[in-house]
Amino acid sequence: MNGATIIFYLLAALTLVSGLLSVSTRQIFRAAIYLLFSLIGIAGLYFWLDYQFIAAVQIVVYVGGIVVLIIFSIFLTQQAGEKLAKQKIGRKIFSALAAFCGFALTMVQVYQHTFYESPGEFVPVSVFNIGKKMLGVTVEGYALPFEIISMLLLAAMIGCIVIAMRSKPETM
Amino acid sequence: MEPGLYHILFISAALFFVGVYGFFTRRNLITMLMSIELILNSVNLNFIAFNKYLWPQKMDGLFFTIFIIAIAAAEAAVAIAIIINLYRSHQSIDVANAEELKY
Repeated sequence: MNGATIIFYLLAALTLVSGLLSVSTRQIFRAAIYLLFSLIGIAGLYFWLDYQFIAAVQIVVYVGGIVVLIIFSIFLTQQAGEKLAKQKIGRKIFSALAAFCGFALTMVQVYQHTFYESPGEFVPVSVFNIGKKMLGVTVEGYALPFEIISMLLLAAMIGCIVIAMRSKPETM
Repeated sequence: MEPGLYHILFISAALFFVGVYGFFTRRNLITMLMSIELILNSVNLNFIAFNKYLWPQKMDGLFFTIFIIAIAAAEAAVAIAIIINLYRSHQSIDVANAEELKY
């Protein structure tokens, strides 16, 4: 058991435990903070897998963007110190049962299946290669999805402004 | 035991179903959004693991992950705009009070 293995298990435990606490705590602000730790654990797993660019994107977009957005919306919509309503115990039990059955089914399928590595030359996941493919217009390039995503982000931004805009009071 | 593809698939499946459990039990729109974020993250982890262990000569999984992160950011922004607007008109963000969209 070397250092990398220990770090992997620590990151896995951080991710799963804080994810579980995030969906089970009754204080919504704590749920957001546990979600933050879970996302940081996933970013650590990306670092562990040697995908530094994705890890950086994960930290910038999720930890720095989405969680901050969620915390702000909690401030805007929640009374301070108010706990979430208690759920019925029956609903909790059946939800846990459904989730566990789905998990067991998935894991049985995964362990029965043998994955084969496809042969070929290893391509290093450097920012140089990512950028070259991201804006490439050849067969292997991703310029079209890139443009579509940029249009989607623009549409989402305009949509957010329109939805959240306070409607003008009637002047008449 | 050296961690490999199966370990990462285990973590990602567990995180996915933690998110599903949260989605079933929560009745507050913001916490449901948090569960959706957990689910999307587990999918991203899956894509990266497959890309690293099974297709190291291509970067398709990596690009799927980048695009999913972008779409998740857009989705969270729109969802929070809707939630804030709902709170303004109903003074509550419980799903039980948000049934006017049905008609």
